[in-house]
Amino acid sequence: MGSVMSDLKNALGKNILDIARPRDNRIYLKVKPEDIPSVIKYLFFDYKCKFSTATGMDMREGIEIIYHFAREDKKMLINVKTLLPYPHPSIESIGKDIPAFDWIERELNEMLGVEFRGHPDMRRLLLADSFPPGKYPLRKDFQNSDVNDEDYDYEKSGL
Amino acid sequence: MDILKKSFKKSIWVFHLSTAACNNCDIEVLELLTPRYDIERFGMKLVGSPRHADALLVCGAVSAHAKPRLLEVYRQTPKPCLVVLFGSCACSSGIFRDSYSIVGPVDKILKKEDPDVKIVYIPGCPPKPEAMIEGIVMGLGAL
Amino acid sequence: MKRTIVPLGPYHPLLEEPEHFKLYVEGERVMEVDVEIGYNHRGIEKLSESKTWDQVPYLVERICGICSTSHPFAYCLAVEDLLGCKIPERAELIRVVVAELERIHSHLLWLGLAGHFIGYNTVWMWAWKYRETILEICEKLTGNRNHYAMFKPGGIRRDFNDEQIEYGLNRIEELVKPLTMLTNAILDDPVIHKRLKGIGILSYEDAVLYSALGPTSRASGVPWDTRWDEPLAGFKDLDWKVITQENGDVFAKTVVRLLECFESVSLIKQGLEKMVEGPIDARIKEVPPGEGCGRYEAPRGEVIHYVRSDGSNMPYRHKIRAPTFNNLPTFKVSCVGETIADVALITASIDPCYCCTERVGVVDECGNEKILREDDLIRLSVEKTEQIIKDLGKVPTLYSKEI
Repeated sequence: MGSVMSDLKNALGKNILDIARPRDNRIYLKVKPEDIPSVIKYLFFDYKCKFSTATGMDMREGIEIIYHFAREDKKMLINVKTLLPYPHPSIESIGKDIPAFDWIERELNEMLGVEFRGHPDMRRLLLADSFPPGKYPLRKDFQNSDVNDEDYDYEKSGL
Repeated sequence: MDILKKSFKKSIWVFHLSTAACNNCDIEVLELLTPRYDIERFGMKLVGSPRHADALLVCGAVSAHAKPRLLEVYRQTPKPCLVVLFGSCACSSGIFRDSYSIVGPVDKILKKEDPDVKIVYIPGCPPKPEAMIEGIVMGLGAL
Repeated sequence: MKRTIVPLGPYHPLLEEPEHFKLYVEGERVMEVDVEIGYNHRGIEKLSESKTWDQVPYLVERICGICSTSHPFAYCLAVEDLLGCKIPERAELIRVVVAELERIHSHLLWLGLAGHFIGYNTVWMWAWKYRETILEICEKLTGNRNHYAMFKPGGIRRDFNDEQIEYGLNRIEELVKPLTMLTNAILDDPVIHKRLKGIGILSYEDAVLYSALGPTSRASGVPWDTRWDEPLAGFKDLDWKVITQENGDVFAKTVVRLLECFESVSLIKQGLEKMVEGPIDARIKEVPPGEGCGRYEAPRGEVIHYVRSDGSNMPYRHKIRAPTFNNLPTFKVSCVGETIADVALITASIDPCYCCTERVGVVDECGNEKILREDDLIRLSVEKTEQIIKDLGKVPTLYSKEI
């Protein structure tokens, strides 16, 4: 099981800012936003990991994105973290190359306002088309009561 | 009108729609068609179009995306029609009430559209199939 | 050839959630699929940030009525991962039993609906009749038919007593015979073979590329099963195996689900027989700052929950990913090249929350609009089944057109 740690260090050593293994089956990596495409392509194509999902989180200094990869035969979950600073959180799109990333990038875009450079199809995925633009529900300055029935623009609902 | 009421009470046809439900209620509705409950012995039937329906069966709190569609389906249903709110979410938006995406319980939305709408509430999470049969029967009795 | 758009959705009288599909067709063949979701978006991740750690299981239970064990399971694992705590063995076994009961009823539910789509209403009624047995066991063991409210971080809420365990063992034994009969009947039926084989193929490579999950990936030969890979989940001492198939078509997905039902029956029996005495709760007092991931294999595939705590009594961030989120985009490959009559079946085959709905409008390039209803799409599917029966020359015993 320790071999996953050494594999990652050998392959990605120069890109890793920080690596931690708080539990036997969890690894947390920190990398710079510009290294994300190469790290992810290594994990997905060369290291044969399954892409589980990506989490976006509003920290005070920026948006933190965590890509969760599972290496099933080693019983290991590898989490790759990166921080996109405010005011314009933006990162290279992976969805244009790997279809598994397509939807989650659309979700992060509408929920947190992260720009994915080069994503081919950045329509809304979960939010209604009538949802007021410029508001991002999962940011911490957004309250549930900020958007009510009267704020929705039902003209845009596509009926 | 009397003949309408009289015919309405026999063998009602139901159009089922889910407006941001957790689909548990929807499954319990389908459960009614299966041999254990077999709702068709009362002449009740799920139909594929609101234009054929006597009753609308609504499950779930209403999301902003689904609200215009709910109103459109209600407009298409021939009147008089019975609206059955199945489950706590449909009755009161339940646990999702505070969410930004939920725009209110079904009854509030429908009453704005048509103040005379006839509504039956069947709370529960999810209500048992027996509760639904009883709810519809009580609703018909109250018409 | 002219390319026309066939919208499917979003409302439907049959199955769960509303979804909207746009099929780009040339003649009968589907060339491209576009999926629009979001009708059911309830903002649960945001709501979860305003609930205390103990209240969140009730909320995540209501993400989906069919996976109403898997989401709390994954959430509790995430909190336990954050804390690094181990839960008592009795609680682990009870979790396994409840989760596996849910798997059987979910698979039978899917089987029945798949039967309905191809015009085999007998299969529908049978599968749902036996599913009712499971719901009765659930009601006896947990107190409700769905939404069991059994899970809490650190353990479970309610214990089983001896009477309940014996009831569960007896009733689950009852299920084996009809389940065997149903499986044999379906796997022997020539029309079902013809109708489901070679339809909606998802290749091994595509399953990996889309990171498909659960029975959808296992039918394509990708042996990913989170129960096997997550040592926390209480499955390590029980005897069971991961079911895989190679072909990736709808038939393979059916076989995977049917055989998994038997594995689940065996897991439930082992869990109830092995039930050890002891506490059911690790009694978590507070959640320190930190982060944790919980993964669990729901009937449809891997559920992953990620929680971040800042030391308060509510999650700072709670990310939820349900399996259909990864499985739905596979339509972009599995539907392409198939006929419209098969699309309802293929989209159903990943067990999403789908059926087509209120209306299907066919718009041709001249702007003439023809409204097809949801019944029509099922009719197309049923007609294809009847054509196969005609070609075969005899009516199989399982087939009946009317309910």
